[in-house]
Amino acid sequence: MATTVKTLIITGYGLNCEKETAKAFEICGSETSQIHLNDLLDKQYALEDFHILVFIGGFSFGDHLGAGTVFANRIKYRFQKDLEKFVADGKLIIGICNGFQTLSRLGLVPALNGEYFVQTAALAHNDSTLFRDDWVNLKAEPASPCIFTKSIDKLKLPIRHGEGKFVADETVMKEIEEKNLVALRYCTENGDSDCSFPDNPNGSINNIAGICDETGRIFGLMPHPEAFLSPFNAPDWQAKKMSGKLPKEGEGVIFFKNAVEYIKNNF
Amino acid sequence: MEYRIEISTLPKWHDARGGAVIKQVSDYFEITLSDVKTRDVYTISADINDEEAANIAEELTNSVLQKGVVGETKLDDYNWLVAVGFMPGVTDNVGRSAHEAVGDILGRKLLDDEFVFSSVEYMITAENLSRKDIEHIAKDLLANELIESIAIFAKDEVDTTDLPLNFPAMPDAESGIVNTYNLEVSDEELVEISRKGTLALTLDEMKVIQNYFRKAKNREKYGLTANPTDVELEVLAQTWSEHCKHKIFDAEIDYEDENGNKEHIVSCYKSFIKKSTHEIGEEVDWLVSVFHDNAGIVKFNDKFDIAYKVETHNSPSALDPYGGAMTGIVGVNRDPLGTGRGCELLINVWGYCLGSPFTPGKDVPEGLLHPRRLRDGIHKGIIDGGNQSGIPYGIGWEYFEERYLGKPLVYCGTVGLIPTKIGGTPGHEKSIEPGDLVVMSGGRIGKDGIHGATFSSEELHSDSPVQAVQIGDPITQKKMGDFIREARDADLYRFITDNGAGGLSSSIGEMAEHSGGCRMDLAKAPVKYAGLQPWEILVSEAQERMSFAVPPENIEEFRRLAEQRDVEITVLGEFTDDGKFHMQYNEKTVACIDIEFMHSGLPRMQLTAKWMPPVNVEPELPSDDKLEEDFLTMLGRLNVCSDEYKARQYDHEVKGLSVIKPFVGKERDVLSDATVTMAEQLSKEGIILSAGILPRYSDIDTYHMMASVIDLAIRKIIAVGGKPEGIAGLDNFCWPDPVKSEKTPDGEYKLAQLVRANKALYDYTKAFQTPCVSGKDSMKNDSIMGGKKISIPPTVLFSAIAKMDDVSKSISLDAKFAGDDVYIIGTTKKELGGSEFFAMLGYIGNDVPKVDAKLAKATYRAVNVITESELAHSLHTPAIGGLATGFAKVAMGGRLGLDIDLSAVPAESGLTIHELLFSESNSRFIMTASQENAAKIAEILKDIPFAKVGSVTEKQELNLNGANIAIPISNLVEKYKSTLAGV
Repeated sequence: MATTVKTLIITGYGLNCEKETAKAFEICGSETSQIHLNDLLDKQYALEDFHILVFIGGFSFGDHLGAGTVFANRIKYRFQKDLEKFVADGKLIIGICNGFQTLSRLGLVPALNGEYFVQTAALAHNDSTLFRDDWVNLKAEPASPCIFTKSIDKLKLPIRHGEGKFVADETVMKEIEEKNLVALRYCTENGDSDCSFPDNPNGSINNIAGICDETGRIFGLMPHPEAFLSPFNAPDWQAKKMSGKLPKEGEGVIFFKNAVEYIKNNF
Repeated sequence: MEYRIEISTLPKWHDARGGAVIKQVSDYFEITLSDVKTRDVYTISADINDEEAANIAEELTNSVLQKGVVGETKLDDYNWLVAVGFMPGVTDNVGRSAHEAVGDILGRKLLDDEFVFSSVEYMITAENLSRKDIEHIAKDLLANELIESIAIFAKDEVDTTDLPLNFPAMPDAESGIVNTYNLEVSDEELVEISRKGTLALTLDEMKVIQNYFRKAKNREKYGLTANPTDVELEVLAQTWSEHCKHKIFDAEIDYEDENGNKEHIVSCYKSFIKKSTHEIGEEVDWLVSVFHDNAGIVKFNDKFDIAYKVETHNSPSALDPYGGAMTGIVGVNRDPLGTGRGCELLINVWGYCLGSPFTPGKDVPEGLLHPRRLRDGIHKGIIDGGNQSGIPYGIGWEYFEERYLGKPLVYCGTVGLIPTKIGGTPGHEKSIEPGDLVVMSGGRIGKDGIHGATFSSEELHSDSPVQAVQIGDPITQKKMGDFIREARDADLYRFITDNGAGGLSSSIGEMAEHSGGCRMDLAKAPVKYAGLQPWEILVSEAQERMSFAVPPENIEEFRRLAEQRDVEITVLGEFTDDGKFHMQYNEKTVACIDIEFMHSGLPRMQLTAKWMPPVNVEPELPSDDKLEEDFLTMLGRLNVCSDEYKARQYDHEVKGLSVIKPFVGKERDVLSDATVTMAEQLSKEGIILSAGILPRYSDIDTYHMMASVIDLAIRKIIAVGGKPEGIAGLDNFCWPDPVKSEKTPDGEYKLAQLVRANKALYDYTKAFQTPCVSGKDSMKNDSIMGGKKISIPPTVLFSAIAKMDDVSKSISLDAKFAGDDVYIIGTTKKELGGSEFFAMLGYIGNDVPKVDAKLAKATYRAVNVITESELAHSLHTPAIGGLATGFAKVAMGGRLGLDIDLSAVPAESGLTIHELLFSESNSRFIMTASQENAAKIAEILKDIPFAKVGSVTEKQELNLNGANIAIPISNLVEKYKSTLAGV
């Protein structure tokens, strides 16, 4: 019998993308549970009952003290053991936007040489210093081990953040690139990843939009695939529809499909 | 022990906050700073040791980006240090989050007497600035002294001593003090009691109160004397404030028009607004709940109804633009949250009327904030409030006019979804039974926001109370909102409403009407600090609070859920049916007023209104050879140009529902007429939002201003593919004081303007079958500052909401394909009175645009047939700036050329080219469509004035034949985007 894929979405404390993220996994065939962080910390639910863990977007604790800081801190002090086991079990974790900031603060990405819970990369304030909502072009790196970006070439997704500039020390950055941990890069309309603002909306080093750990099973990204499930979300859907070229689904769906497929094939 | 923890950006990374200060100091004051470094400082006062403090510093620091230390670091290479903290008692959101984080690190919750305070230090390098210059930067940019403290040090002062600890704890003070007022005094003294207490009660109202307490019976039974307590006077002042009671809209008015025709109007609200809605309600079946709840509710589908409310938050934003605007948006979020048994919040809207950000500093009266600073602060407040709440914005706009210098108008609104059924009964219905518990949830009560309701019922003057300013915390509210949804779905409460203006006094006061009374002990209310008196607890407008009626059998479950969600709830008393609003403090009665008197004891105001149409000077039109220049100047004007730089700082994609976005077109950079949002992820059905605002028309006749804003909002709905049937409206009136007095000698004219706007509202909402389902008025938008009175122009925002049956049929304004035909639908008339073009020339004129409702309705029906049949490729409705702006937007949106024959445009005869292009006649569209559909379109439009006027071209040029101008699209874009680029 095929595995029932179960996805856990942590909510609460100012996180806010639970509905669309749940929808994304559901249309790809996963069961989803939206569980408040407190109920998880109180052991009302067991993390080991799930296959995919999602750190969603939002403003946990208002981004006070830096995006992801207070939330990651709470998890680190009260939930680290459970997370370690979840990672060791070969399951999947995705952090989107605020979730990516939390993953980086927790040291779950890039976690070089399998060293989890040591922070080596960060998401700093955008170069503009401002929050920005726009659509960006992205290119997936074919050599990346990332499970979530398999078979993706180029796509468009919305970004909406004030702290999304990916930074790390030179040595860390070198290792990230050598190990192909960059899964997604900002690029121009034509797919050229040598780009600048507004194509690279935040000034990220090497135009990095998303990275994974060395197993490819933990993935963090700033753009929002869960906000592009419908073809009518695209900023240019009308011209496409009028010329008969509108796809059936939004370009963000593939990330979730890949994750659910992976669990089905491996568990 | 007290510790100072300092977190700064590592030198190898850019200090983004410091960079922003350099830019703003240059933008605002034209002062160049060589460098600004910043650091966050946390003062921790808790039972911890050195090792724990060091660990806290390490954990709070993002080690890749930042350095964190315990204690103070002395820096080299700067000249001045400015420390900005909060004043005692002011909400410190960052400090509160740090408080939680410290608890996690220590493995125990911090106690109430353990504090974490946040502050920011700016190290400024600028060789030639004096302490006075630094003070100017600190006071006029870095901090708002109403809520924040400033300390300035020269580098050598910092080098030789330790910086003082930022420790803004409230001093201990006595609580529970109740005073009584002797109202058996002279009229002058009665007025003085009202003035001194910011009660905003008139002499007549004070006398009604005096009379009530003379006759009140059985007060001694409650331990009260014949004299009212301060609690009682405050309750009446809040309940009867213009802000809460809408006295002017409820007044009896003797109206006389220019021909001497007289009319006696009993309540503009009842005679025009409500009347129209009720009459329409007899004919349509989609009005679910109108006027009596916090937001109006209309039918959406079998699963949901929609609630919509738009508010203004003008006075608080004038004093503290950031805090005032933020509490505006999180405040209006609580309206749908407290409508029916609680909505899910779906979409926010915003709009501001402001003075030009480029106003020379010398033209801003002393005591008023510069409009640029106001604008930046207002935007930032709504951006932070909306983004952090996870609610996308649907529509946003700005309107600039110099009279808004005196008072900015800050409109913010929220759409909510409510299930048609909750626990077996309709979701919009709520009730209270005697015996139900009075429960408050959310933030604690402090002195913040005391007298918000009464102070906004006066003009802005130099001693407007500073404690009226509040700070919002979207995260506390988000937590509460999440909790409410769970409690609602478990059917744990019977009634919910928000605590807004007037605080508990208003919310519980209104709730008590449902059961017939209430008893509440104010000593049980959770407070931020000691020293709050009972009246302050009752009227404080401290944010993020809701009030509930919870059946006693559900209270334990309600409490358990709240605790699990980190939301504070308090049982304050119970609802009764004894007819009394009965307040106690530690079981001693401090107020006991008849509910009937509270809500119905206020006599109607008696006012007179006299209409005399103004006669304005007509401008001489420029010669035709100036057309290209005028065209481009128009496109760059503040009321036409793009404010994308600001708008992109608002999230409009969260929830993944956006279909027609606020900015549209090939490069996503042209402001859309309206927006379409899916109701749920992947739903076929959507919600259309639009707004109309045309304040300059009021300078000619508010009747036609009102007609025009209604038409504008409706035709914008049509322009994105909506249908004319089933549109609901919201009216937001912002007026200068229309009550004749010494301060307002022209009150009768301003009141006549109000009457005329209301007459048009009745006439046109009826004609269009677009009922108002909710509304708001703000009637004292004047400022008396620096010896100068500034009154805003009478302003109505008409917001429209409609259902889109199939979002795939929605349509945007940008031209899509070269070769398409360009159509103009509707007639252009010589209607330039109050237009942007006349304003550009420095005139008002007289020929204000009018609305032919019958023709407009037929036009909208026909256009909807075209969009429903998917025959159009783009659709736009021109408004401010006329066809000139309209053609430019269609062309810029598609980055395609237009080749237009102006002589083909359907128009009144005898118009000059300037008049044709800049007239703001209502009810018109510019449409592009494939040539092959020409015959079908002509058939559909056969009874409507329309014409094919040209075609879409590959050539990147707007070519206007008949005007002999051809402007490259890149020039249009440059003009459209440069005015507010980076501003």
